[in-house]
Amino acid sequence: MTDTLLSDPDSTPTIDLGEIVATPLWRIRLRVAWRSFRKNWALFSDNKMGVVGLLIIVVFGIMALAHPILLATAWEGHEEGGKNVYDVRAGADSIIVEKTVVDVVTDPVTEIGRIEAALMGSGAVIPEVGTVLEVPLANPAPPVFRDVEHAHVLGTDPFGADIFSQLLFGARAAFLLGAIAALSSVFLATIVGTVAAFYGGTIDTLLMRLADLVILIPLLPLLIVMSGFWQIGLMGLGILIGVLGGLGGTAIILKSQALSVKVKPFIDAARISGGTDWRIITRHIIPNVLPLSFLYMMFGVTGAIFIEATLSFLGLLNIDASWGIMINIAHTQGYTLQGLKVWWLMVPAGLAITVFSAGFFMVARAMDEVVNPRLRRR
Amino acid sequence: MWKYIAKRMGQMIVLFYVFIALLFLILDLQPGDISAQFVGNPDIPPEAKQILIQNLGLDQPKHIQLWNHLKNYTTFNMGFSWDSFPREVSDMLFEALPRTIFLFLTATLLSFWLGFYTGKVVAWRRGTFLEKGVMASSIFFWTVFYPWFALLMLWLFAFQIGWFPIGKFITLTFSTRPDWVNSVSNTLGRVSGGEAATGWVGSGVDANSIFNGMLLSIIVTTVVYGTLRYLADRRVENERTRKTLHRLALIVSFVGLSAYWIFHSESVFAFDIVWHTIVPVLTLTLVNYAGTTLLTRSSMLETLREDYILTARAKGVPDRVIRDKHAARNALLPVTTSLVLALATVIAGGVITEQIFSWPGIGRALLTAITVEDIPVAMGALAIIGVLSLLAHLIADILYAFLDPRIRVQG
Repeated sequence: MTDTLLSDPDSTPTIDLGEIVATPLWRIRLRVAWRSFRKNWALFSDNKMGVVGLLIIVVFGIMALAHPILLATAWEGHEEGGKNVYDVRAGADSIIVEKTVVDVVTDPVTEIGRIEAALMGSGAVIPEVGTVLEVPLANPAPPVFRDVEHAHVLGTDPFGADIFSQLLFGARAAFLLGAIAALSSVFLATIVGTVAAFYGGTIDTLLMRLADLVILIPLLPLLIVMSGFWQIGLMGLGILIGVLGGLGGTAIILKSQALSVKVKPFIDAARISGGTDWRIITRHIIPNVLPLSFLYMMFGVTGAIFIEATLSFLGLLNIDASWGIMINIAHTQGYTLQGLKVWWLMVPAGLAITVFSAGFFMVARAMDEVVNPRLRRR
Repeated sequence: MWKYIAKRMGQMIVLFYVFIALLFLILDLQPGDISAQFVGNPDIPPEAKQILIQNLGLDQPKHIQLWNHLKNYTTFNMGFSWDSFPREVSDMLFEALPRTIFLFLTATLLSFWLGFYTGKVVAWRRGTFLEKGVMASSIFFWTVFYPWFALLMLWLFAFQIGWFPIGKFITLTFSTRPDWVNSVSNTLGRVSGGEAATGWVGSGVDANSIFNGMLLSIIVTTVVYGTLRYLADRRVENERTRKTLHRLALIVSFVGLSAYWIFHSESVFAFDIVWHTIVPVLTLTLVNYAGTTLLTRSSMLETLREDYILTARAKGVPDRVIRDKHAARNALLPVTTSLVLALATVIAGGVITEQIFSWPGIGRALLTAITVEDIPVAMGALAIIGVLSLLAHLIADILYAFLDPRIRVQG
């Protein structure tokens, strides 16, 4: 068995030229790509940090996928007041207590005013004084971990919404935002960097001065002001972060990489054989800059998530639900100093943002060692 | 060298005007422009609106408006606040500026110094338990969601342990403070000769003037310490004596600063402010410290692979000297470069810190102005944060020129 696998060292491997010519080009390319992937994967998986980071990202990916699936299966039909309890925006679960209808409310826990009772009931009739009604304890309700009608894995927030559902939805929002921001920033930065490096001269000066300006602008305060003037959603924010990030530091780093590629002999060869500028840029320079671009994409995700979470923590974004908004709700409803007594309000969301960012950060650092050989272990 | 600094300064001034022009663009692009927001009140008759538009200069062509905008921001004439009307924006912001600068400076300097030291030690001991522990905690602090972390710190120190105040800049009546703080405060009051103060209310003491005095004294002490060190480096040849003199200079300047404030007649109030600064500065420092540690470590690891380190080892130079003299000094350069890029993080962190700890600085002014739609204050605060960032970059550039002989020689 092993004999057949081990090749004989004396015999030269027979190469059938006809077979190689007959192999379609895409298959050869695929094979080369697969081989380089396996080599890089070996380098990457040497680094425990990177593997842990990748695992974290996979777990969050599963979480993001799980939300719509759970809504369609396990969480289906849990209705209260015509809304699904597990819906991130509209759903709410509350503790139902019996309250007596009175004229003047002295004890809000056991009594309810007539007008208020009428607004809560389904009909427009004002109930008589003395009737006992089943109504929610309060609105906003105190956050509860247990003792609610429906099962809430991580309890509910002050508005009675399910924390676990929001957590899963937040993963979806985070992936979406990270993808938009990182892709647009890297797309822009790669083009700006390679064009500046390839043409040099005035274009280079112009683009690099622009990059200097973008680095100098404090991004978060600027976005705070902009979100005060415009309604910024997830998409808009992703593109804004991408454009501002892509024109700044990443463009400068990618430009220096493109410069080192531009002076290599194969660029001259391509030019001598009649390659146009466009072809040289897209076929020869960009593929060589791409690994570094991909690396900065990973770092970009961390930054974008941080900015999104901060802005939604400050309550300045126009989005349904995210981890930042969960912390914002707990903070603005006054549960900050309760600390660990209501841990499910802030700890899951805060940990989710932290671990998610850490995952991308760790993958980026491990990839740094693959892309940049100088950083590898002695 | 001076040519380089002058060139950078010139670039910064140009960038400042581009930034201010960008602010005008944002103002001009906002939905329903500024006249609709300010003049859109239906209670104002149309003639009065016309006068307002004329007074605001909104009837003039755009380039004249831009010119006026640039002129106004150059002279710090940023108009009046809409929310607290009779106050001028520049007045409000210049009152808040020292507090932001204090937070920014202390956190940056502390975190840079500590982070550089830790990174250097950790890189030298690669693979040990210490390195792994420091790396794990640094990655945690670097990626932790900062507002959440700040809230946790607030809860832990101000509420659970109860040593420090829940945000704010001063405590109006001292009786609400914890007992240990009051006992320290009373001792201070006895030492400085003033009678026991019961609080800021009715004492007639201006918090701003005390705070500015504190900031000024800290800056003066830092300059004195730097000069002493410089003199020691210039005059003394012996390495050991030099080191002793450095330590002596540090002790002298620190003792001098503390003595000045302990025997100051308003030391009780200064102590109250210091008591409020500790947790915000600690929080902001921890996060930035992690970043510097990670940077220094990777920069050190690259430097340690250089040939001259091997040569030094072969010569039999002691480990400590190789680490501090050969490797760390060369590793400082990339760290400084990255520090320039990391300044944005520090500024963003400052805004969040001010908001969470109710620290009345520029960042808090910006956020409050945005929530109440006080556009002049928001724009002014953004402009001042931009200027701070420009200045910080300029200082980092000058520092870089000092550190890197290549720039120094080229000029």
